[in-house]
Amino acid sequence: MGLLLSFFVVIVLVLLAFGGVEAANLQYLFGIIIPYAAFVTFIVGIFYRVVKWGRSPVPFRIPTTAGQEKSLPWIKQNKIDNPSSALGVIVRMAFEVLLFRSLFRNTKTELREGPSLAYGSAKWLWLAGLAFHWTFFIIVLRHLRLFTEPILFFVPLIESLDAFFQMGVPLLYITDVVFLMAVTYLFFRRVLIPQVRYISLAADYFPLFLILGIGVSGVLMRYFFKVDVVGAKELTMGLVTFNPVVPEGIGVIFYIHLFLVSTLLIYFPFSKLMHMAGVFLSPTRNLANNNRERMHINPWNYPVKVHTYEEYEEEFRHFMKDAGIPVEKEE
Amino acid sequence: MAVQPKVPKGISYPDELSKVDYKPPEKAWMDTPVVLKPNMFCWGNKEKSLKAVDFPNARAWSVADEDWKLPENWKEIFLEGIRERLDKYRTFRLFMDICVRCGACADKCHFFIGGGDPKNMPVLRAELLRSVYRKYFTGSGKALGKLAGARELNIGVLKELWYYAYQCTECRRCSLFCPYGIDTAEVTIIARELLNLLGLNIEWIAGPVANCWRTGNHMGLLPHTLRDTVEMFKADLETITGVKVDYSFNRKGAEILFVNPSGEYFDPNGNITFMGYMLLFHELGLDVTLSTYCSEGGNFGFFTSNEMAKRLHSKVYAEAKRLKVKWILGGECGHMWRVWHQYHNTWFGPVDFLEEPVSPITGTKFENAKSNKVVHICEFTSDLIKHGKIKLDPSRNDNYIVTLHDSCNVSRGMGFFEEPRYIIKNVCNNFYEMPPNTIRENTFCCGSGSGVNASENMELRLRGALPRANALKYVREKFGVNTLANICQIDRAALQTLADYWVPGVAIRGVHELVGNALIMRGEKERTTDLRGEPLLGKEGGENV
Repeated sequence: MGLLLSFFVVIVLVLLAFGGVEAANLQYLFGIIIPYAAFVTFIVGIFYRVVKWGRSPVPFRIPTTAGQEKSLPWIKQNKIDNPSSALGVIVRMAFEVLLFRSLFRNTKTELREGPSLAYGSAKWLWLAGLAFHWTFFIIVLRHLRLFTEPILFFVPLIESLDAFFQMGVPLLYITDVVFLMAVTYLFFRRVLIPQVRYISLAADYFPLFLILGIGVSGVLMRYFFKVDVVGAKELTMGLVTFNPVVPEGIGVIFYIHLFLVSTLLIYFPFSKLMHMAGVFLSPTRNLANNNRERMHINPWNYPVKVHTYEEYEEEFRHFMKDAGIPVEKEE
Repeated sequence: MAVQPKVPKGISYPDELSKVDYKPPEKAWMDTPVVLKPNMFCWGNKEKSLKAVDFPNARAWSVADEDWKLPENWKEIFLEGIRERLDKYRTFRLFMDICVRCGACADKCHFFIGGGDPKNMPVLRAELLRSVYRKYFTGSGKALGKLAGARELNIGVLKELWYYAYQCTECRRCSLFCPYGIDTAEVTIIARELLNLLGLNIEWIAGPVANCWRTGNHMGLLPHTLRDTVEMFKADLETITGVKVDYSFNRKGAEILFVNPSGEYFDPNGNITFMGYMLLFHELGLDVTLSTYCSEGGNFGFFTSNEMAKRLHSKVYAEAKRLKVKWILGGECGHMWRVWHQYHNTWFGPVDFLEEPVSPITGTKFENAKSNKVVHICEFTSDLIKHGKIKLDPSRNDNYIVTLHDSCNVSRGMGFFEEPRYIIKNVCNNFYEMPPNTIRENTFCCGSGSGVNASENMELRLRGALPRANALKYVREKFGVNTLANICQIDRAALQTLADYWVPGVAIRGVHELVGNALIMRGEKERTTDLRGEPLLGKEGGENV
């Protein structure tokens, strides 16, 4: 249900943009108003969510320790997987955020006759996830060409590296290919692995289809249905300089692409995609494991009712005395 | 070696139980109501156990009954409980929001591996609660309902939450593999807190909590019983070693307060570990005292609520203060060390009435424990060995071909791997590791942690133990391993039954039991048996069988 519905919603989004621009001539709506609204929602939404998370305190220092802790001086500490200092935490987080360290640990469990359990290597999810996120990031960087004048120095550099194979006209970007492959893999994996399909919600399929739609529309625009690049840049520069203009004849595929991107930006803060920000706040990863060395303060720590020694002795004094255990009060 | 498995009553044979189907059912999980299967859940708490600690909704009830006798406004209480905890725990709020359901955690859980119930996939176990969170606390859940993965809280959902909250041992293995560090233990801890607002606990946890509140230990051992027990150990040790060991309870002015899990006074396996400590302390002439008031290092309150955990453990520092000791030494226990290491300082700090721990024997400063002043016995002992302060004869453990089970709490809640290994390698001649995917941070839970080591849920425990047992079986077949060493009292109490079923012929031993066997003491007679009275290798003809 979630799968089909998500698919149709994305199709409807495409048709909306197509119809809106082709039939109703709503270029101003799709080219200016919606992108602005989307950008504002994205920024404000993320800010709101992160602040909301941040308002909940971290009462306890509970890192998941994944290596030897700091102990006696002759025992070698695993300073990255079980950090005891801020630097260690930064390195651990960098591994986590940039290289998906935890996902790299992934294994596949198999139960064979015997019974005998085997834990095989399972790096595809890690590889596809990493490829997807990095290519997405590079593609976003490449798009800065449309939002800066003069173009930022690193953008042409990325472009030339990305077009390393010098294939086709216009030159084929490696990231475009890898990006589409990775998203497709992530989709098929979700559908084909029974356990993963079982846990999947519409909220898992929809962003996949949406992002696939963005990728496909982008690729179509670049390689197949040519759009007026100069006009497109005029529009995007108009947006960033708060001087919005809608040039004639950019091509409807551009508006479809832009509308899907806008949808993603609007959807982002309200969805699981917030894991992008959330990973930085995760207390099992971003805390040093030095609880016995430094006191961690819980802002809402409160006194609790306890059973005091006096109460204990009061109840058991005669047993204690008979057993020769010292007491505070004789009677 | 062909020892027959010991099959508990009402349980099928291992070859039958290990046929696990991982394929989820056709029907969506939200449309599949929970079935409370016998042998998979623990008995509900007794009325008196909740009353003893002033917990809400104390009443007689039974899990099997249709009516769980909840307060009329139970839904309100539960949802208000969620709201309160969302504001108190960033973990909870974050972990409710950011899961992408990638499924990397699914086959990392011992209960899922051994049982195949899809709701035991950590992601889905968390979704059970997340779905309720979405319905009442998110816009999309309120508006879109089921489509957004949200569902109404009703009695069926509540029973499901209860059933699966006590099918998680809070071992954190899933959290290791989660790309965002989502920790199911944290979700389970909160789910159990919420359930406890409605008086929905299990007796195996609630009973020990009530005992611990009153008597200072889970077992409910009274002061004279504790002394008699240790006196008995002393007599046994004198028979075996010829040495009369000293000990004391509640002695003011001792340098060190020693706190251990009370299971060691009670459980036959734990007894011997405790005897190992006694020999060591005596040989060192350590100025150490035990306490009857603080006769429990473990904390079943931690399996109930954070507040209850704090209430039970306040006695540790209170007693250290009263006895005017310098620092605290802790015994071999898993969840005890999770709590001592990750929570104590926050609950009770600053601990400025004690001194930074220094080993009186080696002069080593335990820098990593300088703030909360508690040292793990394995840190203490490995430091002794490193400095050559104790004499050891590892051949006294030659009957044992040993492997080490890393207990989940000290592994993923502390990172305690080298210390026990260093000790074992010095006190035993035969040590073999289980496969890398099943040890250290990857270790598998015994299947009985977090208070579910009862007997009425034996099938659950056996299933949960399958991955651990399987790795054990591997080294048993490959190296002839016959001993599983560990540093956790739940392991010692629970794993023997589980090993007897899955890998018969393997004995469960505490690390300090092995230390006690190997320790050469001044004035000891020639030992012919180990601390269990079993003849040493080559001494089978001895007098003392």
